[in-house]
Amino acid sequence: MHFHQTQLSNGLQVIAELNPRAQSTAAGFFVRTGSRDETPEVAGVSHFLEHMAFKGDESFTADDINRIFDELGARYNASTSEEVTLFYAAVLPEYLPRTFELLATLMTPSLRQEDFDLEKQVILEEIGMYEDLPGFTAYDHVMQQHFTGHPLGNSILGTTESISALTAEQMRTYHADRYKAGNIILAVAGNTTWDNVRQLAEQHCGDWPAGNPARDTTEAAPRGARFCVPKPSIQQQHVMQLGPAPPSASPLRYAADLLSVIVGDDSGSRLYWDIVDPGYAEAAELSYNDYDGSGTWATYVCSRPEDIRDNLDRVGVIYEEVNRHGVTEEELEQARNKVSARIVLQSERPMGRLASLGGNWLYRNEYRTVEDDLEVVRSLTTADIRNLLDQYPLRQLTTVGVGPLERLDAPAENGSEQPAE
Amino acid sequence: MPEQNILAEQLPNGLTLIMEPMSEVRSAAFSLLVPAGSIYEPEGFNGTASILTDLITRGAGSRNSRELSSALDNLGIQRSESVGWNFVTFSAASVAENVIPALKVYADVIRDPLLPQEQFPAAMSSAEQSLLAVEDDPQRKVLVELRRRCYDAPWNRPVDGTLSELEAVTPANVRSHYKRSFRPNGTILGVAGHIDPAQVREAVQELFGDWSTSEVRDVTRVPRTAAETHIEADSAQTHIGLAFDAVPYRHEDYYAAWAAVSILSGGSSSRLFTEVREKRGLCYSVYASLNSLLEEARILAYAGTTVERAQETLDVMLAEIRKLKEGIDDSELFRCKARAKSALIMQQESTSARASSIARDWFHLGRVQTLDEIHRKLDDLTVPQILDYVREHPVDDITLLAVGPQPLHLPG
Repeated sequence: MHFHQTQLSNGLQVIAELNPRAQSTAAGFFVRTGSRDETPEVAGVSHFLEHMAFKGDESFTADDINRIFDELGARYNASTSEEVTLFYAAVLPEYLPRTFELLATLMTPSLRQEDFDLEKQVILEEIGMYEDLPGFTAYDHVMQQHFTGHPLGNSILGTTESISALTAEQMRTYHADRYKAGNIILAVAGNTTWDNVRQLAEQHCGDWPAGNPARDTTEAAPRGARFCVPKPSIQQQHVMQLGPAPPSASPLRYAADLLSVIVGDDSGSRLYWDIVDPGYAEAAELSYNDYDGSGTWATYVCSRPEDIRDNLDRVGVIYEEVNRHGVTEEELEQARNKVSARIVLQSERPMGRLASLGGNWLYRNEYRTVEDDLEVVRSLTTADIRNLLDQYPLRQLTTVGVGPLERLDAPAENGSEQPAE
Repeated sequence: MPEQNILAEQLPNGLTLIMEPMSEVRSAAFSLLVPAGSIYEPEGFNGTASILTDLITRGAGSRNSRELSSALDNLGIQRSESVGWNFVTFSAASVAENVIPALKVYADVIRDPLLPQEQFPAAMSSAEQSLLAVEDDPQRKVLVELRRRCYDAPWNRPVDGTLSELEAVTPANVRSHYKRSFRPNGTILGVAGHIDPAQVREAVQELFGDWSTSEVRDVTRVPRTAAETHIEADSAQTHIGLAFDAVPYRHEDYYAAWAAVSILSGGSSSRLFTEVREKRGLCYSVYASLNSLLEEARILAYAGTTVERAQETLDVMLAEIRKLKEGIDDSELFRCKARAKSALIMQQESTSARASSIARDWFHLGRVQTLDEIHRKLDDLTVPQILDYVREHPVDDITLLAVGPQPLHLPG
């Protein structure tokens, strides 16, 4: 494995972890933009723009892009989150140059009116599809409630109303503001040469406009909320709860990852043994999500509506116990083994390395090898977990329910702070 | 193509071990297929295999449920157990040196499970809640129900069970299903990754060599009955499922059938994606896939779209499917070959993908195809072959199912 890094004169950052023995090469553009960078008038534009990228520019039509990616046998896609829009492809090494040309084309789309009008229908269908997924509906609403007044509360998809009202001109303005070279990272992993990467970047990205738009990353100060989306026709009750956790730049994030595995992994965790294994709920999980400047402990419980109150109380008891007494050596050792194996398995494919390569650079401007990550996991102690819990105890601060229930009664939340209704 | 070395052998009791050593990786994975899937459930007790699959990891040999889970977690095993129509599958992956120790734990699970009676209610409750969750997810429900309508029994059974039959399942059913179905004859173990074949062979002989065979249970085919084509749901979208006949994996025309489906639905330049989504904006998700049993197969297609545009979506999908016989461009075949060849090579980066692929090949073909062989078959495919296939298999016996506020109709 060899790491390389450079910056083009327009500010585009280029990083690569190369491995001549890999079978494939993965490349991705990480654009530091997402729903948190939107104003209410253009809610959902980042995600809509991600779709529009595939409609081409002056040299490539939408059909060309779909066709050529397929001719190259590329595995490719794009995704939009609250704060990153990612475009990526994995191909056999000999097809990297042509694939790269297409990927770069995605970043400077023409945004033609007729394509915009047609794709708007697809976005509205996508909103409809997610409406039929109660777990997703709960996520969307709990983010809005928890981050009320903070940009992380913006919905990724937007709403039927905001998307219907959006104009191509608004999208062009957003694109011009956010897709500047200084706001983009090109990451490459797998089998190719650094000369190749540099030359492709220079050739296809060298004339992108410079600039580095700002983002407000003030840590959110959520006050808690409680909200229900009644869906009388569905069977199960889905609940998501959020509480504050370390932001992405915090050194506490490794401990936070391990703690979420110990407390809330989908098997072998405290939530699993106390709630899922006995059959009280279909799912009870804790995950740690980190963002620019903020973070969340995210709890998800899905059970029969009549059992949801008891299940949320069970979660509360587990969190209180962990907040007070921390975790055991044995639990920590087990989590280290689990997480280490996951890191090794994920890193075997260039596509798996790409996410971690780009993420580390985007959030922390650092390169970390697989060994670096394994070393940190091995070295964490129960004292590190204690320190984390002192600063960011597990909390069920904001609650959103989706399902047959019209309301969820408030429990007495652990700790001194009481949630606002 | 990277060089491949595949070793297959059968123990005297009928268990088949297939190994693919891969030198460029640090991990190893296995896929253990035991012939205890839902087709072997007694009639009227759909869900038995699913309950058994849950219960079987709740303690085995000298370990209780938690000790078993800890033992695997400490080996860093990424694992899953799943029920299919033919098999209950145990999949595991980790750093290579932990895979033989994991096999030892799984030998207990397979041969000496506790199946603790006191945990039966918990397993039942989990199974019931999973089925309720499918009720809440129309996209999954349409596929479960479509399958129920397009295959004969028992290959049409929902593998996770049925709410109406689940309550009939008792601990005695589950134990009897275990006793009759967990047997070495018909069990397939695929192991791929950074392994020493001699060590794996020795471990497998030691762990499974003295496992005694038992009789293979007959499965009685009951022809499917016509069922309603609409399931009312209060959903935002109408979820459309379509099914029609194809040829199975072992059939000589399989690759022609596969290419036809790939031209319809492989990649963003495929016909369904282009015509339904890109040109008309009718949906976000539309696809077709080839589903193969041992002796028969179906093409299953799906689209989710708003109620007002659902009939148009169905009409366009069917028109595209039927239009295949009118002609296929060389460039379409070229793209589908390119995608498949690149996927074959990239499969070499995943030990889990290889382990499950070699085990599946053994079940369908009684041997393992090398990637080279598949590559040659792809190279040999021609447009006339695909057209011959499509014309010999006209799309006439169609199963249609809509889950959503309103019914749909097959165009006349």
